[in-house]
Amino acid sequence: MSLEFRRAIVDALAEELERDERVVFFGEDVAAAGGVFAVTPGLYERFGEERVFDTPISELALAGAAFGSAICGLRPVIEVMFGDFMALPMDALVNQAAKYWYLSNEQASVPLVVRCAVGGGGRFGAIHSQIPATWFHGIAGLKIACPAFPADAKQLLKAAIRDENPVLFLEHKRLYSLKGDALADDDVPPLGVARVVREGADVTLVSVMKGVHDALAAADLLAADGVDAEVVDLRCLRPLDVETVLASVAKTNRLLAVEEGPAPGGWARGLLGAVAEAGLEQLDDVAVLSTPDTPVPYSPTLEDAFIPGADAIAATVRGRLGIADVRGAA
Amino acid sequence: MTAPAARRGERIAERLLGLYGRMLLLRRFEEEMQRLFLKGEIHGTLHLYVGQEASAVGVCAALQPGDTVSATYRGHGAALAQGTTPEALAAELMGRTTGACGGRAGSMNVIDRPHGLLGCYGIVGGSIASATGSALAAKRTGGVAVAFFGDGASNQAYFHECLNFAQVHRLPAVFVCENNLYGEFTPMAQVTAGADISARAATLAIPAEKVDGNDVEAVHAAAAAAVARARAGAGPQFLESLTYRHVGHSKSDPGRYRPKEEVEAWKARDPLTRARTRLTDDLGVAESDVAAAEQAVERELAAAIERALAAPYPDPATDDARQYA
Repeated sequence: MSLEFRRAIVDALAEELERDERVVFFGEDVAAAGGVFAVTPGLYERFGEERVFDTPISELALAGAAFGSAICGLRPVIEVMFGDFMALPMDALVNQAAKYWYLSNEQASVPLVVRCAVGGGGRFGAIHSQIPATWFHGIAGLKIACPAFPADAKQLLKAAIRDENPVLFLEHKRLYSLKGDALADDDVPPLGVARVVREGADVTLVSVMKGVHDALAAADLLAADGVDAEVVDLRCLRPLDVETVLASVAKTNRLLAVEEGPAPGGWARGLLGAVAEAGLEQLDDVAVLSTPDTPVPYSPTLEDAFIPGADAIAATVRGRLGIADVRGAA
Repeated sequence: MTAPAARRGERIAERLLGLYGRMLLLRRFEEEMQRLFLKGEIHGTLHLYVGQEASAVGVCAALQPGDTVSATYRGHGAALAQGTTPEALAAELMGRTTGACGGRAGSMNVIDRPHGLLGCYGIVGGSIASATGSALAAKRTGGVAVAFFGDGASNQAYFHECLNFAQVHRLPAVFVCENNLYGEFTPMAQVTAGADISARAATLAIPAEKVDGNDVEAVHAAAAAAVARARAGAGPQFLESLTYRHVGHSKSDPGRYRPKEEVEAWKARDPLTRARTRLTDDLGVAESDVAAAEQAVERELAAAIERALAAPYPDPATDDARQYA
């Protein structure tokens, strides 16, 4: 059975709203309009305005209301429309939600989920195309989920809603129309478990969200060069499953982390550090393929060159291995 | 005097004596914390509530179990008014294991859920968000969520976004602005356009009232009415409590920016002195009864501080903090 990514999101929301009456969902244009990316239609009609409602364009109030209601018995899911807007609710998430469990000496948990659409490639320009994961990566108490496949999107969102901690749930805009196999069972995995999505022996490619698909396409290109690439989908950036990456690197001895974002302060370099710390003897080569260290450009020619795609990943691997592009040589 | 009128007078006197005793606990607690800070028993900084006692005590006395309070980094008063024990609060300030948060939070971030204190928030305006969310949950459960915040918070995004959010969603919240005329070191009127904070709430069609924040009976009456309206489904309510802190913003601030005459004028309107005078002069409470209540506060506080000082510091070697819930 085929499942579209955006359908996976709304199915997960509907199933959790149905399963647990404490779950509520609110944000800008999410209820009556069904979401600006047409991700959440029908929830308002099905669950009513007490459970699913539209809010003012007030991201700080949205996150604050999510925090305050989460510590008082609700399990709110909010939508912050574009990930770029996550600069606005920072205080409520970083200083209130993320710290409450610890500061309160475990008097109360903060089961909230912030969904937002992230990533470039849509010609939305610098302030509607970012991936804000790394803004939050250093915040103790938060979790960050970032699925690549429809089935994972559904399972991880359900896991996020059931989690007792604040979770940022990132949805890459270029994946919304992606279709994939639906899972037959309804096992909800814990957050923070990576998955090997392509097995290989020569090099490990690690990424999240759209980058996983680019890495898989690059692996196909590299196969023509005789390079057998393994692809790891991290699925979550916090907690970060370093163990799965270490196990892969133990086999391949080479690691390329592909990040849609600048390298400084990014998760990819952080992952390389963690891998080196625990498995330096396994490593022949490590590298990061990131975006240029500038804002995301608007013009299609510039944006296409800006985001690392399958060709750039394959070229980077060839360069690191010192082999020629067979197609170029032909 | 008729018998019913006499009984009513007794009830008023009894209630005011209770409010006065609680205010005295807040005042004396802060004075003792100041002393312990100078002795090095309290770390970092302190934001004392001295002078503003009538606000927290008057408002919190109007609440029921199940209602919630969100307060500020100047939050010792709100905590004690909600019933946090002076021992748990003092121990928290001292960073001891028996503190309300086991020493993890400190003065600015106290959380005491068993007493309805959702938290004290170290960022100006943070309490407004906490109460807004709590009110969203309370819409189902029937409770009321109170936020305490200062005049400075009225210039924060939290204030504007959350008051609007609470009003359009008709949330049972009571927003209590304690206007002490200074945002940290800067006069309120200098940085607050219009210089009328409750007028800002009124533009959102939120019922807003100014009250003499140094008159605990007036605060209590206004708060009781606002809480009742919120509980009855009338949406958020706004109370501006006009008050003054007798001390500087924090332990690093001697408060020299304030005219001496202004400070003296406000000290002459000390909420404790006013309540005490009303008890003995207007309500005919015997001096010995007031003195007995005062002695009870002193005994409670002394015992609490002694126990807090005797409590151990957390041991990093055995600290079992869990990263996630």
